Amino acid sequence: MISESIKARFAKEVAKYPAEQKQSAVMACLSIVQQELGHVSADSEAEIATYLGMPAMAVHEVTTFYNMYNQQPVGKYKLNVCTNLPCQLRDGARALKHLEHKLGIAMGETTADGLFTLQQSECLGACADSPVMLVNDRTMCSFMSNDKLDQLIDGLKSAETK
Amino acid sequence: MMSAEKILSQFAATGVQTCFHDRHITPQIYAGLNGSNWSLKDYEARGGYQALRKILGKDGSAPNPETGVAGMTQDQVIATVKESSLRGRGGAGFPTGLKWSFMPRQFPGQKYLVCNSDEGEPGTCKDRDILMYNPHIVIEGMAIAAYAMGITVGYNYIHGEIFQVYERFEAALEEARAAGLLGNNILGSSFSFQLHAHHGFGAYICGEETALLESLEGKKGQPRFKPPFPASFGLYGKPTTINNTETFAAVPWIIRNGGQAYLECGKPNNGGTKIFSISGDVERPGNYEIPMGTPFAKLLELAGGVRGGRQLKAVIPGGSSAPVLPANIIMECTMDYDSIAKAGSMLGSGAVIVMDETRCMVKSLQRLSYFYMHESCGQCTPCREGTGWLSRVVDRIETGHGRPEDMDLLDNVAENIQGRTICALGDAAAMPVRAMIKHFRHEFEHHVAHKTCMVPAYV
Repeated sequence: MISESIKARFAKEVAKYPAEQKQSAVMACLSIVQQELGHVSADSEAEIATYLGMPAMAVHEVTTFYNMYNQQPVGKYKLNVCTNLPCQLRDGARALKHLEHKLGIAMGETTADGLFTLQQSECLGACADSPVMLVNDRTMCSFMSNDKLDQLIDGLKSAETK
Repeated sequence: MMSAEKILSQFAATGVQTCFHDRHITPQIYAGLNGSNWSLKDYEARGGYQALRKILGKDGSAPNPETGVAGMTQDQVIATVKESSLRGRGGAGFPTGLKWSFMPRQFPGQKYLVCNSDEGEPGTCKDRDILMYNPHIVIEGMAIAAYAMGITVGYNYIHGEIFQVYERFEAALEEARAAGLLGNNILGSSFSFQLHAHHGFGAYICGEETALLESLEGKKGQPRFKPPFPASFGLYGKPTTINNTETFAAVPWIIRNGGQAYLECGKPNNGGTKIFSISGDVERPGNYEIPMGTPFAKLLELAGGVRGGRQLKAVIPGGSSAPVLPANIIMECTMDYDSIAKAGSMLGSGAVIVMDETRCMVKSLQRLSYFYMHESCGQCTPCREGTGWLSRVVDRIETGHGRPEDMDLLDNVAENIQGRTICALGDAAAMPVRAMIKHFRHEFEHHVAHKTCMVPAYV
């Protein structure tokens, strides 16, 4: 169920568009649901469809078209490492490999404790900061050398075990 | 024990390496930024919103003796932008003033202004730094454009991956609204303009203007067939003008200082300064704002030269879709639309991807071709199928399974994509392939014959 507090956030987005164009808020609503619930389920899509007055299939089209929507549950921290050419030239691929080794999983997988999901991503728009990694869609981490990646992973792990 | 947010915040970009350095040349958009002076009062201290006050006649200057009216008319604003020779900074380089003059100002219904901040062209990160560290310059530029075209509602579509930038822009919008610089009767005038931020969520294609409009309407971002062009059928089917972030950011300076002064910053037909995002094999990757027409060699020097003292091999001068240029050609170029076009490539978004002598061109193209296959929206068959062919054939050459006829096959597939799709993504996928084979065919042939790179292995 989508809570009232989430719906309050929806309302703020809907207000940006003409009254008869509520559908324009669908991307924002989906990202809010993802932030609050971790992924976008078919139930969430149906509720958003009702809220915005659009067909559920039209919501599903959006979820499946854009790369960042999680159609399945992911780990508590979703890590997206850019490996596009500008990043490949500056250790983007190496950063991804380092994380695979450190977390003991392959790209696309989630750790057994459910903490981390590791993904390759296309251009994050931070090319001069390479290696770059996006955490949970909203936090960009720049200049991620192997040492910094270790600090980040170890830090997040210890924050979870306290 | 630190919270997760605190841990992550340690790795946030600071802008020091990419934007707050003294290696710009006569900057206008990035001038005087330090990361903590993005807010309204700081922007105003730098002369911000003076251009908006000027056109609305709220800057205290005397009324025009001929008309008796203070401020600038819509026609005067558009004429000034035309005179400046400002060209679209998003990639196409279309003259901005001309685009503004296409808007049917007398159209009785709603018209829209859209800022394209869906900055996803690989190599480009200039708009991110503008919006993060100087958001009000974009707001002011958009307000001026809205005034000039008689538009009352605008949206800034921001790349979904830079969510913190979206939040920063929303904060700046709140400041501008509270100060009466956006909303109804701006600065007490009869001009009203509502501006909102909209974020993407991971789709390169939405940088294409009609895909962006579809996305803004809450749909899949699949480009529309043109014509009709957005100026007549845009957002919600209404007349719409779309410009890039950096284009809007250039406008306040032009209004304050005049079109001629802006033109003189650059070179004829290529007015003003331009921000170049330099990535890849240089000592100091980052954003560099320099006058149009600056020699490439100077730009490379600003970025600290090729990394590790190596030799320059090739440069992709305008984002990953631009044809690659070998070192000897790019070193003769100046950084402006006309010079790069003459050399056989395009200035595009100003993303300069530098590759040194150790780079394998087949491997580089392999990654790019995968990207275009991944991001093709699937609407047009030549692009949907063709990008898959390009990616798979380059992949098999790189992995030692190439065939002697593969280079001709790639060229043939690319030729059958180019010009046969609704939008430019097909061209963007085809051009890098053709340019790589044109300039570095020997590397592809070596891969096929020897199943290995000509250059030492890397990464």
